[in-house]
Amino acid sequence: MLESELKVDGNAIGGLLREFFTVEMTAAESTCAGCGKVHVVGRVDVYMNAPGVVVRCPSCTNVLMRVVRGGGRVWLDLSGMRCIEFTDPEA
Amino acid sequence: MGFISRGFKGRREPAADSSRLPPGQYLVRDFPVLSAGPTPHTPLAEWSFTITGAVDADKTWSWEEFRKLPSETVTKDIHCVTKWTKLDTSWTGVAVSTLLEGIDTSADYVVAFSDGGYTTNLPLEDLVDGKAWVAYEFDGRPLEPEHGGPARLLVPHLYFWKSAKWVRGLSLRNEDEPGFWESNGYHLYGDPWREQRYWGD
Repeated sequence: MLESELKVDGNAIGGLLREFFTVEMTAAESTCAGCGKVHVVGRVDVYMNAPGVVVRCPSCTNVLMRVVRGGGRVWLDLSGMRCIEFTDPEA
Repeated sequence: MGFISRGFKGRREPAADSSRLPPGQYLVRDFPVLSAGPTPHTPLAEWSFTITGAVDADKTWSWEEFRKLPSETVTKDIHCVTKWTKLDTSWTGVAVSTLLEGIDTSADYVVAFSDGGYTTNLPLEDLVDGKAWVAYEFDGRPLEPEHGGPARLLVPHLYFWKSAKWVRGLSLRNEDEPGFWESNGYHLYGDPWREQRYWGD
């Protein structure tokens, strides 16, 4: 398999993030805790052929987010994301 | 998650011998590629393998030195936590016991570390006595980068996320320290026969 087939962009997790955050997140802006660069969620690097979903910074490959689902539970690690800005659903 | 690729699921095969299939697993004939990040391509001239952590002195091998160590070829069934099992896979590599020869440690645990930052934790006793290898050939050919080449850990009695791709060393620890997946929901030990997939299983 080509490596390019293993990596997709952040639009692939739009549905998943909507489940957790209840709003459209692909236009949200995330700040990488590693390099400080800001990326639109729709353009981050996503690896889904794995035991969980791994989201990486396109600038430095630092892990921004990890999502594991199984046995009726979800584990969501956002420690690689210093901040995420998104539209206030109440606005 | 709607996105599931062919590589992730593999082709399903009926169970030829169910006694070799752990609970919740199905058989594949192909070799699915799983990846949590970009594939590293470390040149062999820059590659090394290191035993570090709770040891008196680190022990390091260059690729050339590592390949001169006694090797073994083993045939093992492998079980991925994403539910595929592949039977009779053939690997050549160096037994972890060989790498630990002459190392004096009080550690009971190990964190395997890899190019790209991946880590996984294991009890030391699960890596010795013919239970684990640092493998550099699959099916008689050099291990491809997408499958963890130039060398990956092979611990076939545990779920395959423990068999760290692109492994560069073992850090011996006095405490069990969760690795990349183990710190985010996956089981600290990961015995497929006890279906230890997630925390609390």
